[in-house]
Amino acid sequence: MSAASAISPITSATDILELKNVSKRFHIGKREVRALEAVSFVMQPGAVTGLIGPDGAGKTTLMRLVAGLLCPDGGEIRVLGIDAAKDPQSIQSSIGYMPQRFGLYEDLTVQENLDLYADLQGVLPGDRLKRYEDLMRMTNLGAFRGRLAGRLSGGMKQKLGLACALVRGPRLILLDEPTVGVDPVSRRELWAIVYRLVENQGVSVLLSTAYLDEAQRCRDVVLMSEGRILHQGPPSQFTQPLTGRTFQMHVPGITKRSLMRELGGRPEVVDAVIIGDDVRVVLSRAPEAQKQVTAAFSGAVLVAVPPRFEDSFVDTLRVGKGEPPPTPSAKPAAVLPAAPVAIVKTIVPPPKAAGAVIEVKNLTKQFGAFYAVHDISFSVAPGKIFGLLGANGAGKSTTFRMLCGLLPISGGMLRVAGHDLRTARAAARGRVGYMSQKFSLYGNLSVMENLRFFASAYGLMGRNRSRRIDEVLGEFGLSAVADMNSGGLPLGFKQRLALAAALMHKPDILFLDEPTSGVDPLARREFWHRINALVDAGVTIMVTTHFMEEAEYCDELAIMAAGRILSMGTPAQIRHSAATPANTNPTMEDAFINLIESAQRKAA
Amino acid sequence: MAALMRILALMIKEFLSLLKDKKSRFVIIVPPLVQLLVFGYAATYDLTRVPYAVYNEDSGGAARDLLADFHGSPYFHRVAVITHQQQIAPLIDDRRALVVVHIQRQFSRNLLSGRSGSVQVIVDGRNSNTALIALGYVRDIIVAFNLRWDNDHHITGPPAQLVTRAWFNPNLLSRWFVVPGIVGLLTLVVTMLVTALSVAREREQGTFDQLLVTPFTPLEILLGKALPGFIIGMAEATVMIVAAVWWFDVPLLGNLLTLYVGTVLFVIAAIGVGLAISAISATMQQGLLGAFLFLVPAIILSGFTTPIANMPQLVQWITLADPLRYFVVILRGVFLQATPWHLLAGQMWPMALIGGLTLSTAAWLFRHRSY
Repeated sequence: MSAASAISPITSATDILELKNVSKRFHIGKREVRALEAVSFVMQPGAVTGLIGPDGAGKTTLMRLVAGLLCPDGGEIRVLGIDAAKDPQSIQSSIGYMPQRFGLYEDLTVQENLDLYADLQGVLPGDRLKRYEDLMRMTNLGAFRGRLAGRLSGGMKQKLGLACALVRGPRLILLDEPTVGVDPVSRRELWAIVYRLVENQGVSVLLSTAYLDEAQRCRDVVLMSEGRILHQGPPSQFTQPLTGRTFQMHVPGITKRSLMRELGGRPEVVDAVIIGDDVRVVLSRAPEAQKQVTAAFSGAVLVAVPPRFEDSFVDTLRVGKGEPPPTPSAKPAAVLPAAPVAIVKTIVPPPKAAGAVIEVKNLTKQFGAFYAVHDISFSVAPGKIFGLLGANGAGKSTTFRMLCGLLPISGGMLRVAGHDLRTARAAARGRVGYMSQKFSLYGNLSVMENLRFFASAYGLMGRNRSRRIDEVLGEFGLSAVADMNSGGLPLGFKQRLALAAALMHKPDILFLDEPTSGVDPLARREFWHRINALVDAGVTIMVTTHFMEEAEYCDELAIMAAGRILSMGTPAQIRHSAATPANTNPTMEDAFINLIESAQRKAA
Repeated sequence: MAALMRILALMIKEFLSLLKDKKSRFVIIVPPLVQLLVFGYAATYDLTRVPYAVYNEDSGGAARDLLADFHGSPYFHRVAVITHQQQIAPLIDDRRALVVVHIQRQFSRNLLSGRSGSVQVIVDGRNSNTALIALGYVRDIIVAFNLRWDNDHHITGPPAQLVTRAWFNPNLLSRWFVVPGIVGLLTLVVTMLVTALSVAREREQGTFDQLLVTPFTPLEILLGKALPGFIIGMAEATVMIVAAVWWFDVPLLGNLLTLYVGTVLFVIAAIGVGLAISAISATMQQGLLGAFLFLVPAIILSGFTTPIANMPQLVQWITLADPLRYFVVILRGVFLQATPWHLLAGQMWPMALIGGLTLSTAAWLFRHRSY
């Protein structure tokens, strides 16, 4: 189907959605949060408009305002020609809205959930049968009508949520992060459904996402950050200024990590990230910068690559704020100083014995009849980054919790630094650092109090303790917020504090569970710079992630789905395994989808 | 040494997170004080100003004397004087009068001629306990009237007379009985609230995992979690004891040391139950619910309001697991009876046993609760 076949039968441009100078503030305790400030845009009818930005940019607030669930503090919102502040009821009865956690009733079947939403939205009994048929065909859930919603996979739940939101056949639907935490296969299916809606029924879709690569799939993109709209336009408009400035680079004799670090320190480099065995660079100005870089690294090979949406995001934020890379989170730069990345000097690499630091053999975890982890084996060599990649529910976190001794194993064997941490003496745990998914800190304690507590927990006392805390405050740029309660900090700061707490005792093994989820791309880059520095100093890192592109930072990688390891190897090996004549240079996501689909074929 | 520092660090952290939060500060200070005042004044078995009505058909002096006794008693309050039989029922039905005193026509004449006169007393029996107490008061007034009448008219009274004197609480003030129990009850509530949320809060926020991967041993976590609860519980108990003595004027006759040994054991048992509940719970809501599921039966089965001896045998066995049951005996014993130490030892060791069992369960659960 071509874009030309998209029809917009009923609407004119201003009808669908128009925001004028909308602002919204929240009060959390004594603090005022400016969720949205002077936001204005007009949505194109009969197309997918992407609302893109990091967590905390104001995407969800905007969605809730449009749905009439919140009242704006200022400005005007017109949805389908209706004023959202005056008549939220009639908006709610004519649009479809799927919030981040859609209210599926887990103890009802797929069909019962559909019936319930059809009842709630007043769909006439005569229209239902045909509508259900359409929705089931669209979502491929027809075979699962009798299954309890709680028993569906994450991706299927999202599809059912979408079907419920669509049961009335609305002209405008709002989808709030429908693809978060969903595996790439389901993600692709969800997009296919959205496209079909737009093309066949002329529905207008406003879709928010934190995955920047999804921007390219939208007709129109609204880029948000800190409650403001940075830019609106078709995706090509975002990447256009970057043409000729993006390269994949490789210098013989320099490891990818040190190359990335050195590039990161140069003024003409906007961004440097690891992709496979190369470093992907975004340069500030096209021809001069390229010359400068080539001159600085003898023998450097630069291959031009097409720009990605993420490049423009980083470019907009960094250049817009006049910040040189790789300085951390651009967020509260005005109030809070940025953190220098210099961990190397403080960590003395301990002499390492050869052999694996982490060893896992035939590890299994059963909850009743359900295998959360099924017979997996791998080992991690010292000073390497090992990644577990998979969707929510693939068994990554369960594996992690077993390795850290938080969960008993059902079968198999595991060794971390020669111990099973579950039964090992407390001292063995002193060699391990752990940073959990939710950046677990004591929210009503200040940054200083948190650090003091974790320092003492790891046996630091007296002057040693205060010296180490000072070091960490400096390294992680936390001095200015030392007396603030950690619960009120922006996510990027929480993440830094969590990492600081996990590194308090200079561990030689570091466990990171989804360390970058919800953090904006700049903070993610800063985070990986730190991790690279740690690895250079000899620390072994074990990390889980559902960001495909982060897999590239790992030395070795295991792709997990449904409790099993589907594939293991270096990122390049895994990517190349998916190569076909049609697609000679597959991405990590292509490889992932390929693996899942072939596993499903085998199972069927 | 390192272990001590770790425990100290955990204690400091616990105190900070309790006291820095306005809501939890409020929970441990205001409700116990309010409850102490409410219970101290409201929870009483004493009946005062019983509303009564008079239906006097006799015009003689004896009837007037008897009614004057009722009128002068602080326990009775006259709400109506009626003249017809039919007026009795509505008064009782509407709860305007609890008691109707009916003096029959021949009352004074019978008494003067040496015969006995009869007084009819109609009592609202819907609350049997109150009715019996009111009836007791009526009987007291009539017995006193009889004695005086016999004396004045030189009639030999009945051969045996009952003279009562109550030990330990000579005026039978129910406040003396209730307030020491409240000390135990409120100490239990506060200690449970502080401890039942402590592990559950950390599990909910994910910090407990963080704690378990540090070199803390389960025993260190247990001590670090229990000691703040212990300090708060002891402080709370002390405030309550002081209030009982100085505010409510309940005599503290026994040995303070005996009382405090009992308090220490009781607080330890309460912490044990609280931490065990907390260690099972995955969320704060579960922790709070668990605490209340324990608190309500623990209070009812403690003998604080109703005597354990009145309960069915099976329920009496269940009360053996209730630490408050033992502490209530110790409190009342030390406060009112000056019970010596050796007679209370039988109440002490079960609390120590409950504390030991629950604390070790909690410590075991820290690491072994899998979900």
